[in-house]
Amino acid sequence: MKKWLIASVLLTLLNPALAAAPKKIVTLGGALTEIVYALDAEARLVAVDQSSVYPPAANKLPKVGYYRSFSVEGVLSQKPDLILASDQAGPPEALARLQRTGVPVIVLPSAPNLAALEKRIAGIASALQEEEKGKSIITKLKRDVVQVPASNTRALLLISRSGSPEGAGNETSADAILKLAGLNNVLAKQHGYKPLSMESIAALQPDVIVLSSMSMQNLGGMEKVLAMPGLAQTPAAKNKKIVVMDDLLLLGFGPRLPEALQQLKQVSK
Amino acid sequence: MTAISQPSTTLPQFSNWLLWALGGLLILLMMLSASSGAVAIPLSELPRLIFSPRFEIGTEQQLWQSVLLDMRLPRVLFGALAGAVLALTGAAMQALFRNPLAEPGLLGITSGASLGAVAAILLGGGSLMVLAPAAFTGSLIATALAYHLGKHYQGIAGLLLAGIAINAICFSLIGLMTYMADDNQLRSLTFWSMGSLAGGTWSLLSVLSPALLVISALILRHWRAMNALLLGEREAQHLGFPMKAIRRKLVLLTALLIGPLVAATGGIGFVGLVVPHLIRMVLGADHRRLLPASMLAGAIALVAADCVARLVAQPAELPIGIVTSLIGGPFFIWLLISRK
Repeated sequence: MKKWLIASVLLTLLNPALAAAPKKIVTLGGALTEIVYALDAEARLVAVDQSSVYPPAANKLPKVGYYRSFSVEGVLSQKPDLILASDQAGPPEALARLQRTGVPVIVLPSAPNLAALEKRIAGIASALQEEEKGKSIITKLKRDVVQVPASNTRALLLISRSGSPEGAGNETSADAILKLAGLNNVLAKQHGYKPLSMESIAALQPDVIVLSSMSMQNLGGMEKVLAMPGLAQTPAAKNKKIVVMDDLLLLGFGPRLPEALQQLKQVSK
Repeated sequence: MTAISQPSTTLPQFSNWLLWALGGLLILLMMLSASSGAVAIPLSELPRLIFSPRFEIGTEQQLWQSVLLDMRLPRVLFGALAGAVLALTGAAMQALFRNPLAEPGLLGITSGASLGAVAAILLGGGSLMVLAPAAFTGSLIATALAYHLGKHYQGIAGLLLAGIAINAICFSLIGLMTYMADDNQLRSLTFWSMGSLAGGTWSLLSVLSPALLVISALILRHWRAMNALLLGEREAQHLGFPMKAIRRKLVLLTALLIGPLVAATGGIGFVGLVVPHLIRMVLGADHRRLLPASMLAGAIALVAADCVARLVAQPAELPIGIVTSLIGGPFFIWLLISRK
C-alpha cells in the first residue's frame, strides 16, 4: 500500500503534463471546444469531435469522431497531453481505455444549466492554467444570464434530423434553454424528443417556433417551413415569430449562453 | 441454386490448398490490421512490442505498445472470431433451409438479440455487462418461439414462416422502444445498430471465445447431415439422419452463437450471407470443406472490413456494419446478376 502511494506521488511529480500547462488538447464535446476558444487557448487544440462546429475555425481541426462514439486510437494518434471530455462522451469503455494509457483525461459535467456551465468553464480554465480568464468569463456569464420570470409566450422547439420534425419535451437542453429565456414550452409534458405531426403543431398553437439551423436545413429552409400545412396555421407563423439559431448556440450550453438567451427573449416580446 | 444442388466435384487437393491459402491470408491480414490504424505502428516493430515487457525506450513505443496490446490485438482477434462465427452460422442456415439466401436473421435470432440489447440500453444504461446477457436471452426466446410455432407447419417452411412473424414482432417492439427512448439512449441505439468491433477487449474475448469455439465445433460436426440435406429433407431422413433432432440442434447452436456475438458487436450485415455463398461458388457444396473455408473467409472479410472502418475516416472511425453492407450489398447484387 505504502509503496503504491509513494510510486503514485512520484509519478505525479514526474508527469510533465501536470507540471507544465498542456500544449496538445483534444476535446470531446462541442461546448468544451467553445470554452477552449473563449479562453483564447485554441492554439493548443490539436483535434476536436464532430459536435464541435463552432467557431468555424474548429471545423478545420482533425475530427476524432462523434463524442458519444469516439475512436480511442484516433484520439491517441493526435498525441494529446490533455483530453477534455463531456460526461456524455463514450462509450465508457473507450474513456477507460484512454485513461489506462496514462493521458490525463478531465471529464466535465454536461447538464444543461448555469451551474454545470460554470463548472465546465472553471474546470477547463484550471486544467489549462488560465484560471483568471475563466473567472472573468464566469463573472460575465452570471451578470448576463438573469433568470427571466416565466411569461405566457408559448414556444415550440423543433429538431429535424431526417426531414420530419421532432418536438422537444422536458429533460432536454432545448427545454432548459426555453425555460431560462422565460418561454413556456408547449411540449413540457412530453419526455425527450418525439416525432410531431403537422396537425399537432397546428393544435399546439405556439406563439414562437424555435429551430436549430441544421434542422431548418433538413426541413428545406424557411419558405418551405412557413408553407407547411399545419405549421402555417400557428400564431408563430402568422406573426413570423420563427427563430433559427446555430445548433451549438441553441442547445450546447456553452459560453455563448447569454447570446442565445438574448435572441430568444427578443422574439418572445 | 445450381451450386447447392450439385455435390462438389472439385479435387480435394485443390480445396486443401485453398484452406491453407485462406489461413495464410488471414494471418497476414491480421498482422497488417494490427499494424495499421489511426496510430500507425511499423510492421517490423510488432514482435518486439508484443513480446517485450513495457520496455524503457521512448514514449512513442510505449504508446504503440498500449495501442497494440490493449486495443488493437483484442479487436483484430475479436473481428476474426466474429467473422468466422457469422459465416459459419450463415453456411449452416443455408444448408438447413436448402436456400442460399438464408442466414440466422431469418429465424428471428438476430432481431431477438437486438430486442434484448435495445431493452438493456433503455433500462440498464447499456454497459456490456447488462447488454450481453439481455441480447443472449432475447435471441434464445425468439428462436425458441420460432421453433415451437414452426412445428405447427410441415417441414422447414414452418420454421421460416414463424421466423418472419417473430422478426416482425421484434422489430415493432424495437421501434416502440426507440420511440420511448430519450435523446441519449437514441444515440446509443443508433450507434449500436450500425455495429462496431470497438467492444472487443481481452475480458470480452476471454469470456466469449471459448464458448464460441466449442459451439462452432459442435456445428462443424454436422457436416455430413448438411451434405445429405443437399439431396432433400426426406432423402436425408432416409439416409438415416434424424432430421428433426438435427434441425433442433442446429437452430439452438446458431442461437447460442449469434446471441452473445450480436450483443457485443451490434448489427453486422452481409458477412453471413455473402461469404458462404462465395466459397460455395469456388469450392462447391461439400460441407466438409465449405464450413471451415467459410469460417476462414468470414474472418478475413471482417478483419478487412474493420481495417477499412478504422482507416477511411481517421482519426474517426466508421461503424463496421456500414462497411460490410456497403461492400457486401453491391457485391451480392453482382453475384446474383453474374450467375445465370
